Amino acid sequence: MKLWLEKQRYLIDYTLASLARRKARNLGLLLVYTLLVFMLASVTLYTHALRQEAARVLASSPEVIVQRMVAGRHDLIPPGYMEKIGRIRGVQKMEGRLWGYYYDTVTRANYTFMVPAVSVPANNEIIVGPALERSRGLARNNGVTFRSYSGKLHSFVIAEVLPQASELVSADLVLMSEENFRAFFDYPVGHYTDIALSVANPQEVRNVALKLAAALPDARPILRDEVLRTYASIFDWREGIVLALLSAAILAFGILAWEKASGLSAEEKREIGILKAIGWETGDVIKMKFWEGLLVSLTAFLVGFVAAYVHVFHFAAALFEPVLKGWAVLYPRFQLSPHIDGVQVATLFFFTVVPYAAAVLVPIWKAAITDPDTVMRG
Amino acid sequence: MRSADCALLFLSVAIAAFAFCFVDAALLRAAALPDEAARSEMVTQLRLTDLALFTEARYTRHPSQADLHSAFQDHPLALEHFPTGSLIGPPRHLLKLGAGETAP
Repeated sequence: MKLWLEKQRYLIDYTLASLARRKARNLGLLLVYTLLVFMLASVTLYTHALRQEAARVLASSPEVIVQRMVAGRHDLIPPGYMEKIGRIRGVQKMEGRLWGYYYDTVTRANYTFMVPAVSVPANNEIIVGPALERSRGLARNNGVTFRSYSGKLHSFVIAEVLPQASELVSADLVLMSEENFRAFFDYPVGHYTDIALSVANPQEVRNVALKLAAALPDARPILRDEVLRTYASIFDWREGIVLALLSAAILAFGILAWEKASGLSAEEKREIGILKAIGWETGDVIKMKFWEGLLVSLTAFLVGFVAAYVHVFHFAAALFEPVLKGWAVLYPRFQLSPHIDGVQVATLFFFTVVPYAAAVLVPIWKAAITDPDTVMRG
Repeated sequence: MRSADCALLFLSVAIAAFAFCFVDAALLRAAALPDEAARSEMVTQLRLTDLALFTEARYTRHPSQADLHSAFQDHPLALEHFPTGSLIGPPRHLLKLGAGETAP
């Protein structure tokens, strides 16, 4: 055993010396390889953690949201609509929701105005989300004026700023009283934006939705299950400009690695010939190259993965911010809770380490089984 | 120190750092539990349906509540032009409707 270990150490010594002879080329390859693993791992870790976060947080969202559609568009819920829904068996509780969008020309940002069901602010007072506080430089007890869509100016006092920890769900929220909301948007009395339903028996949610669609053909029920599925596929691998760009990078790396690994240079062939001529066995040459593949690919995988972990969970995936932000002015600052999917890590390992190690070994095996004299003559 | 020993030491440190990522993740998850509970509580109280990840357009702010036409809202031939549209797909229930199924 000790002899075997000593032999491996000598092989690694030789491999490192061999790699050092083509330092620039091998370091360049290692750098590109590490960057590729870093990008792939960052995307994987980020999207998985975000999906998990969405699944946990939105598990508390309303069981069913009922929208009314007019000409394919979302429209207000008119008076009398709730009574019809109340007659459907299985509906336990329903509440009309009041919410809407407001474009602030000062910050050029979109806000979500909403009337909370509990802890409703007093008239002319609002509770704002943390991103809004940052973008408009607001603080508690400050006054703020918004121009409504009818052109009237409405002034409010900031009663409270929502906690920073809730930013992922509340970044752009402006909470106000029902009276203020209706006055601001000129909302007709008795009308609501949509309805939040809860169903007595969770097994019956789909049946209640079917009954609802039959009783009110212009209604569109959105089940919590569908909301969760929407978020489960939010960064689907088929979508996403980042992944499209990454796939080009993966292809480029594939070509680079294949070219490096499969096409042995004349120098490398001569080296193998000399090794065999001085008494190295085919197995030794293959072991030496195996160590080369393993050292390069394992280093790239480990360094790339650890850097990606630190990037996503300790630096809030700062490199993705410009991509995720798009044209949005308000962007939530949040720290995702780390959830690492073992299967995804294993897949990443398999698709980054194994192909490279294999691509290094095959041509070397071909060269190593050839007569040394032939190999050296090229 | 021999170069082989240096390389093996480096790999050992890297493997330890890799393993520590999982330990660190568990510690961070435990520390984040109170904040997570507060977020869930806020979602329940305010009856929220979406994450405030993309605030650039109404159908990206609340993707689960969007209608089929909102991404092409400007005029009949308008292509969806917000960058977020390249990142997220349409809501699952709208995809089902597009495949010829009926709403539940």
